[in-house]
Amino acid sequence: MTRPFLSVEDLVVHFPTPDGIVRATDGLSYTLEPGKTLGIVGESGSGKSVSSSAILGLHRNTSAQVSGRIWLDGVDLLSLSDKEMQQRRGKDVAMIFQDPLSALHPYYTIGNQVAEAYRVHNEVSKKQARVRAIEMLDRVGIPNPGQRVDDYPHQFSGGMRQRAMIAMALINDPELLIADEPTTALDVTVQAQILDLLQDLQREFNTALIMITHDLGVIAEVADDVLVMYAGRAVEYGSTKQLLTAPAMPYTLGLIQSVPDLTSDVDEPLRPIPGNPPSLLDPPSGCAFAPRCTFKHLVDPPSLPDEVMPELEEIAPGHLRRCHLREHDLSKLIPLAAEKVEEPV
Amino acid sequence: MFAFIVRRILVGVVMVVVMIFVVFSLFFANGNPAINQCGRYCTPEKLAEITGLLGYDKSIPEQFGAFTAGLIVGRDFPVNDEYREALIANGYENRIIRCDAPCLGYSQSDQKTVNQLLVKAAGPTLSLAVVSFTIWIFFGVLIGVLAAVFKGRLLDRIVVGSTLVVYALPVFVIGTFFLQYVAIKWQLYPYPRFEPLREPADILPWLTSIMLPAVTLALFFMAAYVRYTRAFVLESLSEDYIRTARAKGLPERTVLFKHGLRSALTPLVTLAGLDFAGLLAGAIITESVFNYQGMGALAVKANNNQDLPVLIGLVIVGATAVIVMNIIVDILYAYIDPRVRVSK
Repeated sequence: MTRPFLSVEDLVVHFPTPDGIVRATDGLSYTLEPGKTLGIVGESGSGKSVSSSAILGLHRNTSAQVSGRIWLDGVDLLSLSDKEMQQRRGKDVAMIFQDPLSALHPYYTIGNQVAEAYRVHNEVSKKQARVRAIEMLDRVGIPNPGQRVDDYPHQFSGGMRQRAMIAMALINDPELLIADEPTTALDVTVQAQILDLLQDLQREFNTALIMITHDLGVIAEVADDVLVMYAGRAVEYGSTKQLLTAPAMPYTLGLIQSVPDLTSDVDEPLRPIPGNPPSLLDPPSGCAFAPRCTFKHLVDPPSLPDEVMPELEEIAPGHLRRCHLREHDLSKLIPLAAEKVEEPV
Repeated sequence: MFAFIVRRILVGVVMVVVMIFVVFSLFFANGNPAINQCGRYCTPEKLAEITGLLGYDKSIPEQFGAFTAGLIVGRDFPVNDEYREALIANGYENRIIRCDAPCLGYSQSDQKTVNQLLVKAAGPTLSLAVVSFTIWIFFGVLIGVLAAVFKGRLLDRIVVGSTLVVYALPVFVIGTFFLQYVAIKWQLYPYPRFEPLREPADILPWLTSIMLPAVTLALFFMAAYVRYTRAFVLESLSEDYIRTARAKGLPERTVLFKHGLRSALTPLVTLAGLDFAGLLAGAIITESVFNYQGMGALAVKANNNQDLPVLIGLVIVGATAVIVMNIIVDILYAYIDPRVRVSK
């Protein structure tokens, strides 16, 4: 059996702190093929960024404890030496970050920073790297790149900076690109442009893309598969269509319901998921979502979610979820859901 | 950029003028300074002589005017016209002291112009400042970066602990140890006696003669700079752009020195500029311990003798050094941080 292009198996990222171990990611598995997009969704602190940073080996030389397997093109990235990993970073796997202003060094020109990514992996002169940087800046839609290449990040607009980040990430034609909330810090109109650009480039280079986001709109637009994370674990995993049309896990349903609907009455209140995510220092022993779940009383017996962690189960081909409910079609249960309306304190 | 520098220099000149005025007013606020300088066995004749020599009998605005004029065109001592005429009439023209511009005054107790005293003291002080500055910046920043890289590990703990000890030890303890033990008792190092640097061939004896006091002074500052650098580099290494640099696949060395240290430089340059300027006014304790006749020693002596012109001269030189270093720091800032640069 051939292994998928990217296969993350039982990935664990723990951060020891004086207060105990922070279980940022616990037993995460997923696969991804070239040219495909995996969306990873979840609230802040659900382990989206931490697990993706592990693919680049960004937790090396920190106190983090990483275990599991990350197979990329037949090689387990976690078994590589620091030097080997460093040579793959930015070449085979690249990453773009949320806030392009803080992700770019304020003291170096855009061109310098983009060309640097090329020079570190290719034996080229400064001049050649610069030409290549201008080419890439042009490709990501920066007007007048021959001149703008010598500008500093503070002279670029937010959208332009993110384009420059994309140019930097794609300059070595990586096989896998991780985009960590690439549009969160941008204006809505610019968001759409950046997403279009990413999709264009993905098609052009046949790149595998991991799109980390908390915006289901982004997921609907770009992702082939979706992984929903909660408290460091995958709680639902399937095709975008399966997840958005037939969510089988109450947390996913909650995320979908919390998106305001443009067609509904403007006076209708927003529908947030009540409560807060659990502490990763001391996660609940049972289902991590149970304290916030509005379907908990429908489980038989209702105390089960508090005591036992549900396993990931396949409920349809390629559709996995982590839930104690017998029913897979949550829409049938919505009328029975306990309306836990908690007034904000 | 040019306009920026010119503007900074003009502001600096205004600041120096204001500062001279303030210093002058402060020192003259308490009546005739000649009384203090005249000493315990003061006779009316001696008091009158000092007063006439230095022009203390004039009003303060007049004296300030004369002082400022002296800075621009130079002046003659005694200041009192009658005294000068009397000297000429009696054929003692050679007793009139000509002080060329920029004249900072005349020291009655040393029988020299303040400028002569300052120039003589500048040699040891400047040497001490430059050599110790070089040592402390080089080792302070290097050790600080290492401590930041090995944060929390043994090396870092040793560095942090020892900087605390060194910083807590007074300069005269370290200096006395070097002088009394290293140089005199154990004779591990030649006794430091200042050799001026007049020509390139002097460089080795000069460096040898300055090394012990320079290291004494440098150790103290180094301890502080290790801590500063460590903190600035740690802060810089937690920035998002460091993650970007790593994600690009840059070797850790490049991440640290090109991306990490660069942003830690900005606050370091500010501190270094001001500390260096402070040293130009003289390292009083170090100079005293090693018996170096620099600005610090001059200040101590002038203070003991209540030699007002010398004190004013020292304050003006010290404050000018601070202002000049500030301008240099501003220019360096613009060089380091493109966001500070005035747009084209």
